[in-house]
Amino acid sequence: MTAPVLEIRDLAVEFKTDTGLTRALRNVNFDVPRGEVTAIVGESGSGKSVTANCIMRLIQPPGRITGGSIRFAPTASQAFDIAALEDKDERLLDLRGGHISMVFQEPMTALSPVHNIGGQVAEAILCHREVSKEQAWAEAAQMLAHVGIGDIERRMTMYPFEFSGGMRQRVVIAMALVCNPEVLICDEPTTALDVTIQAEILTLIRNLQDELKNSVIFITHDLGVVAQIADHVVVMYQGRVLEIGTVRQVLKQPVHPYTKGLLKAIPGVVDPGERLATIASVVGDADITTPFPLIKLSDGRQVSLPRGHVPAELKP
Amino acid sequence: MSEAIALPAGAPAVQAADEQQLATITPRELTWRRFKRHRLALASGCFLGVLYLIAALCEFISPYKPETRNVAAINAPPMLVRFFDLDGRFHLRPFVYGYDMAVNPDTWMREYTVNPSKRYPLEFFAKGDPYHFWNLARGERHLFLAKGGYVHVFGTDQLGRDMFSRVFYGARISLSIGLVGLVMTFVLGIVLGGLAGYIGGWVDRAVQRLTAVLLSIPQLPLWMALTAALPPAWSPLRVYFGVTIILSLFGWTILARQVRGRFLALRVEEFVVAARLIGARKMRVILRHMLPNFLSHTITTATLAVPAMIIGETSLSFLGIGLRPPVVSWGVLLQQAQNYQVIVMTPWLMIPGLFVVLAVMAFNLFGDGLRDAADPYNTGGQG
Amino acid sequence: MTSVLSAVLRAAEPGRSLLDAVRRLARPYVVRRIFGMIPTVVFISIIIFVVIQLPPGDIVTSTLDRLQSSGVEVSAEQVQNLRAQFNLDKPMHMQYLHWAGGFVVGDMGYSYRYSRPVNELVWERLGYTLLIAVSAVFFTWIVAVPIGIFSAIRQYSIGDYTFTVIGLIGIATPHFLLALLFMYAAYEWFGISIGGLFSPEYREAPWTLAKVWDLCQHIWIPMVVLGLGGTAATMRVLRANLLDELNKPYVVTARAKGVRPVKLVLKYPLRIALNPFASTVGLLLPTLIAGDVIVSRVLNLPTLGQLLLDALLTQDMFLAGSIVMLQVILIQFGLLLSDLVLAWIDPRIRYE
Repeated sequence: MTAPVLEIRDLAVEFKTDTGLTRALRNVNFDVPRGEVTAIVGESGSGKSVTANCIMRLIQPPGRITGGSIRFAPTASQAFDIAALEDKDERLLDLRGGHISMVFQEPMTALSPVHNIGGQVAEAILCHREVSKEQAWAEAAQMLAHVGIGDIERRMTMYPFEFSGGMRQRVVIAMALVCNPEVLICDEPTTALDVTIQAEILTLIRNLQDELKNSVIFITHDLGVVAQIADHVVVMYQGRVLEIGTVRQVLKQPVHPYTKGLLKAIPGVVDPGERLATIASVVGDADITTPFPLIKLSDGRQVSLPRGHVPAELKP
Repeated sequence: MSEAIALPAGAPAVQAADEQQLATITPRELTWRRFKRHRLALASGCFLGVLYLIAALCEFISPYKPETRNVAAINAPPMLVRFFDLDGRFHLRPFVYGYDMAVNPDTWMREYTVNPSKRYPLEFFAKGDPYHFWNLARGERHLFLAKGGYVHVFGTDQLGRDMFSRVFYGARISLSIGLVGLVMTFVLGIVLGGLAGYIGGWVDRAVQRLTAVLLSIPQLPLWMALTAALPPAWSPLRVYFGVTIILSLFGWTILARQVRGRFLALRVEEFVVAARLIGARKMRVILRHMLPNFLSHTITTATLAVPAMIIGETSLSFLGIGLRPPVVSWGVLLQQAQNYQVIVMTPWLMIPGLFVVLAVMAFNLFGDGLRDAADPYNTGGQG
Repeated sequence: MTSVLSAVLRAAEPGRSLLDAVRRLARPYVVRRIFGMIPTVVFISIIIFVVIQLPPGDIVTSTLDRLQSSGVEVSAEQVQNLRAQFNLDKPMHMQYLHWAGGFVVGDMGYSYRYSRPVNELVWERLGYTLLIAVSAVFFTWIVAVPIGIFSAIRQYSIGDYTFTVIGLIGIATPHFLLALLFMYAAYEWFGISIGGLFSPEYREAPWTLAKVWDLCQHIWIPMVVLGLGGTAATMRVLRANLLDELNKPYVVTARAKGVRPVKLVLKYPLRIALNPFASTVGLLLPTLIAGDVIVSRVLNLPTLGQLLLDALLTQDMFLAGSIVMLQVILIQFGLLLSDLVLAWIDPRIRYE
């Protein structure tokens, strides 16, 4: 296996609020393997999106990165720490959209309402490459066709409000991929869409990944989606990482009580008519709030548990 | 990593408890809490309270009546209320120094110099000009007067009238004369806008049409013509009051538009539909569910309309087409400062202007604070 | 109404000029709107005519007063003649028709007080009025837009607070006070005697370079005074609008695709934040005509606003009525223009 494209170490983020400091992330550690799909799962407020925003350096006051590093290695020889970049650093502007891009949750609001579709996609190209406007427009058209939008010439001069949610999400994806970035971050890209469209978008992302071989970070709270799309899973809770492993490991054989709880809480796991388990009922009185350091288990996965709680067969 | 461990695991629980507490207070309390956070708005509110109180009690607070002339001090500059005399001695009772007046032979202007031998201590609750308090009770006590002399904290005008007294008598008129018209404007705006929004159909179209017409009529000619058309026997004060009332018949349009818009938007809101579905009567839906939703907005708009009223009075009176002497208002007082020679010679005649600016600013800040506080979706995280 | 507009403007692309859009597509709509204005304007003209007639007395009685106070005896017959001359002996509706009829064919009637056609009086002042108003608007925008943007981007910085305080004071200061203060300052610091647009020696002089220079020396005060009044409000509103927009997800999207910070503000949110202002462009028209009456008065500017005030004070009916009617018509056209501009800059409106 080649070196990971992103290595996140001890990442910490704080938000200043009326009631004091809120720690959105505390010592987050995980790697994003090159050319594969890493899913980050967790409930609302677990820090999934904040992590993604950190990688893009989109955290804005009152929020602040207070520690840790995000080592980004587009190639093995030119790695640098994203968290340490100055706000005005050229590399940062180049990074956003050029090397790492993002697809957002709300396709309804993620596009500028007063600029046409083609212009917005072409702009992503013009931000990163010295090409003529016509060239950018042509490439944008190509990319839009690639994500499955038909009747391109006409649609490119249309405005976002004339598009359906699924179509807009395709546009956002095209916009993210048009510069062929090393990393694509999808922040709950299907949450705001209805089920059939969700499936289409997921398939699209998966197919594009197969084809372009970029690394994908897929943020979701839907474990079904994780099973469908991811190679690796990072489970987050209260701004910490609880468990990291392959999809198979985490979904089939969860170690951390919280992960177990999450899996039990999926509708459809229990028989119809029976009450759905809550996370609390599964977790019981197991301690999931104390931030234990991650330990590496024998099968390669990592989990935030005291040594004593690890099942014997997995003890490192 | 030890840093993270140091954080008590109970933090989220504390947060939850906070939320619980927030959930149990009433919306009104919540509004008040949010409002209190706006220091500036709170201070403005206090300032306005004091100003209105002074305006209400101006007979008592002013040392003189607004028309009382002090011929010994014509165009006299403001006097400093002192605790220390020129020798540096402290006096518990504050005092002022009288003026010596001399006419400058070159400019023919009166020039005043402080005369330390004329030391007038201030006397509190002293007897002075008799007055008729709100036409209800007679009185002659004033908050303060200078014993054996005169005190003009803001100086005097060309006729030797005390500016301090005149500013506060003026406050009474300037701060209140438009209020009745304002209230009428709002009642009309809410009723007509509400009808248009709720009934819709031809009522809506009629109100819309009327609004469009009224909005197209320039205000100034209307104002002047109406002023001239009211019975000449009326006093200027009554004429002005009359015109503000008539103008309210024209001024409701913008508010009506807003209310109509809110009504249309609220009618399809889910909570209103829900109220209707559980069988609430029409009036109940309107009064209990819809009205509170734009009342706060309306009250705020009203607060923000008061400064326009104050500026309107001042500007029109300044032009000579609003209030006229002998009525005392801020605009009338500023009429004396029509040109820059006056400002150069007697800058204290601009003090009413300072009060206009302060009052208007306070109303604006107060209104802003109210608006932010009344918005239920404003968590005020960064405000 | 807007659905018609949308249908008509559908194919209009941004990038083409507004004029182009109007010419190609909006013509039927514009024509309809203009015809729709006619009843409104007629109705308002009646109201204005009545209102202006409301005050007791007319130009003849005020002329008589003047003559009598100067000791001239006027016979009843002369009074009759005078009334007939001004059509005042005719019934009200005839007077109205006479006035309105003239207005339609571009004859705004005759000013009693100046003994000259209203057209002449209006044309004479229109140039100065426009000059002052346009320069004031420019001043407002040139000052307010950068400050508004700065305040929004550097929210809660010292600069933001400073501008906020200045803005609050600016909003709270009546224009005439501002005018007085400026006159004072100009007199104290620059020794310029203020009032009017020219020094006395140039007032009646023919146009020369020196006169233009003299004008430049005088015009900055009305420009700044009138401009500042709007500046405070504009920059506050722009700041608020911009702050709203800056938090919208599409701005984050643009940031995420690597748009540079300056462009991020200028290209995306600013455009939307400016929409409400663009829509007021049309409403500038009527104010261009009358200007700020009070400031004109204080600074003694030769604007239509001053003329209107005089006309109203002296009951110079045709003059006052005509200026007001001009304003009304401009308001109507202004509203139309606003709708067109808004539809042109904000694609959403064409369909909503």
